[in-house]
Amino acid sequence: MADKVLVAMSGGVDSSVSVKLLLDEGYDVAGATMRLYSNEDIGLDKTRTCCSLNDVEDARFVAFKLGIDFHVFNFSDDFKHYVIDNFVDTYLAGGTPNPCIECNKHLKFAKFYERAKLLGFDHIATGHYAAREFDEKSGRWLLKRSPDRSKDQSYVLYSMTQEQLAHTLFPVGEMHKDKIRDIAEENKLINANKPDSQDICFIPDGDYAGFITKRCGEQQSGDIVLSDGTKLGKHKGLIHYTIGQRKGVGISYSEPLFVITKDMEHNRLIMGKADEVYSDSLVAGDVNFIPFDTLTEPITCTAQTRYHQKDAECTVSPMNDGKVLVTFKEPHKAISKGQAVVFYDGEYVIGGGTIL
Amino acid sequence: MEKRFVYADNSATTRVSQKALDAALPYFTELYGNPSSIYSLGMECAKAVLKAREQVANALGAKVNEIYFTAGGSESDNWAIRGCAQLGEKKGKKHIITTAFEHHAVLHTCQYLEKLGFEVTYLPVGDKGLVTAQQVEDAIRDDTCLVTIMTANNEIGTIQPIAEIGEVCHKHGVWFHTDAVQAVGNIDINVKDMNIDMLSLSGHKLHAPKGVGALYVKTGINLPNLIYGGAQERNKRAGTENVPSIVALGVAITDAVKDIPAKNERVRKMRDRLIEGLLKIPESRLNGDTEHRLAGNVNISVRGVEGESLLLSLDLQGVAASSGSACTSGSLDPSHVLLSLGLPHEVAHGSLRLSINDENTEEDVDYILEVLPPIVKHLRSMSPLWERICRTENIHDYTLD
Repeated sequence: MADKVLVAMSGGVDSSVSVKLLLDEGYDVAGATMRLYSNEDIGLDKTRTCCSLNDVEDARFVAFKLGIDFHVFNFSDDFKHYVIDNFVDTYLAGGTPNPCIECNKHLKFAKFYERAKLLGFDHIATGHYAAREFDEKSGRWLLKRSPDRSKDQSYVLYSMTQEQLAHTLFPVGEMHKDKIRDIAEENKLINANKPDSQDICFIPDGDYAGFITKRCGEQQSGDIVLSDGTKLGKHKGLIHYTIGQRKGVGISYSEPLFVITKDMEHNRLIMGKADEVYSDSLVAGDVNFIPFDTLTEPITCTAQTRYHQKDAECTVSPMNDGKVLVTFKEPHKAISKGQAVVFYDGEYVIGGGTIL
Repeated sequence: MEKRFVYADNSATTRVSQKALDAALPYFTELYGNPSSIYSLGMECAKAVLKAREQVANALGAKVNEIYFTAGGSESDNWAIRGCAQLGEKKGKKHIITTAFEHHAVLHTCQYLEKLGFEVTYLPVGDKGLVTAQQVEDAIRDDTCLVTIMTANNEIGTIQPIAEIGEVCHKHGVWFHTDAVQAVGNIDINVKDMNIDMLSLSGHKLHAPKGVGALYVKTGINLPNLIYGGAQERNKRAGTENVPSIVALGVAITDAVKDIPAKNERVRKMRDRLIEGLLKIPESRLNGDTEHRLAGNVNISVRGVEGESLLLSLDLQGVAASSGSACTSGSLDPSHVLLSLGLPHEVAHGSLRLSINDENTEEDVDYILEVLPPIVKHLRSMSPLWERICRTENIHDYTLD
């Protein structure tokens, strides 16, 4: 009997085409969409966000077109707890959160995967651009970048466990977007021309500060200072700024200044010259490794501290208490607390963690 | 000729097709689940609704997520117009353009909006019952939020230049809604080619049951919710779906839009024979343009006769017809459509609408042509009004011969 696969369908083109590809390969396929929030929950009445009601309907239609069963899982409580609250808290603590990673970790590869297991599915599948590979020698599953580097999503998948990797298929993971759109169009899937989803699905307009202000009220204004303490002006609440930001801070100085630290304790925005945005090292916690369970001795590899970024050579060393120290060969720009650092060996993901 | 039943009121409603009925029946007693339910019985119903949604979308050249099921044409009209008014008001746009001879679902909604402070321009339709894109363009203002003009008139069957009107609207950034209740299934419609932003349709005019219809809303127009409650119809029109009727609508509309030109050719031949025969009645006239007209529509005025007496007499002979729209038969006013053509009250009162379709036969036409002239003659022979017309206009009173 064919293996049963439950595809996490977002209503978007990638997961829709995933269904089609799995059917062609002979799998017994069903689809499900996670209902993660209602538009009202996030203070919106507009659509075009990821897992909103409209997308559920789009996904349902794709499932209908392809003749597979379709389910809707309501995970909005978990989403609020693990993703939205975490997003707000991290921001208020001066960090730069990455909600996609939290969602993958706590929703897609946790709640959704568990639910699929309960329902008797052998695998889940997602529309991510990444590939997995079984390594006979070590007996472990490995995670690889997508060959289409511009679409590569391996960065947000670093926290996958061996069990999750063993049971997750990425049908479009090694394909190019154009090919995927062609397949969608050929099969008259509704969303062939639907735009790619934004980075943060629950803030479709991209106004993070506005989102947080709506939930937590206006933030207090405070001083903008140089790293030596020289006052430069007033900021309008620290949530409005990100590490490395140059434009839109509203100060003038003899040379370009960048946001280098958000001093939450004293409500100060600390600016520095170009060289001060760079640092040599970082500490990451909550780490996960893919080709091995724990890091026992330093390794050299490359790292990314943002979603789409060039590889930076570094050394990753184990610390006590499970954290790791990452030392960069060249000073690294705009390292932000709360973002993920992900380690690569060529095309392979070694692992990653949250920047502390 | 033997008495027979002739249904010549297909603009009022149509017979549900056997195919649509057969498709719907299982959803009463076998597949009776709620489409929102999580189990298979519910999922089967959700699939059936989706299939119907796709069928309606295909019939209009729309996308499946642009189709909202409603309870019929009037609801769709109300939703589109009131919704656009609400959106327009937010931008300070409180002007609507329509025509003088819309269905009451449109006219009364516009009148209601006037009470709320909107301004409505009612375009005149001339003596032929047609508006032009130029008229629309001339009426568009900076604060116009919506143009709503019917595709085909329900009483006189005249077909408006929808594509051109839509083009003018888009040129000026104004939304365009059309009530296509009489048109869908009778003329080819493609919402993209015809520049339509919103379109109302009704199931029972095209061989689906009463109580189901749809509104097409182009992607990008975020109409306010019509009914608050559950998440049905993308959260915009709450209420458990009318699954059997929706299924029937999907099947019926698919058939209705098939081979329209061929169907129309046959219907038009019968219709033209009817018109030709009926115009032989002295002092009778055809209302509305002859060329831009639904293939099955006949609307004549017979002077000196009350429309109502004509209908009752026809019914005694087994012919189901109407004077004007069935929706207004409860009122004593003459048809606002005929008045909009500039007809005097007295003429408008004596009007008869026969609406035939491809279920009618040549024998039906023969029968009507046989029974109607004697009815008119009889009614006129007893009509003081006819006598006065003859006297004052020096017309030879043939009823006395």
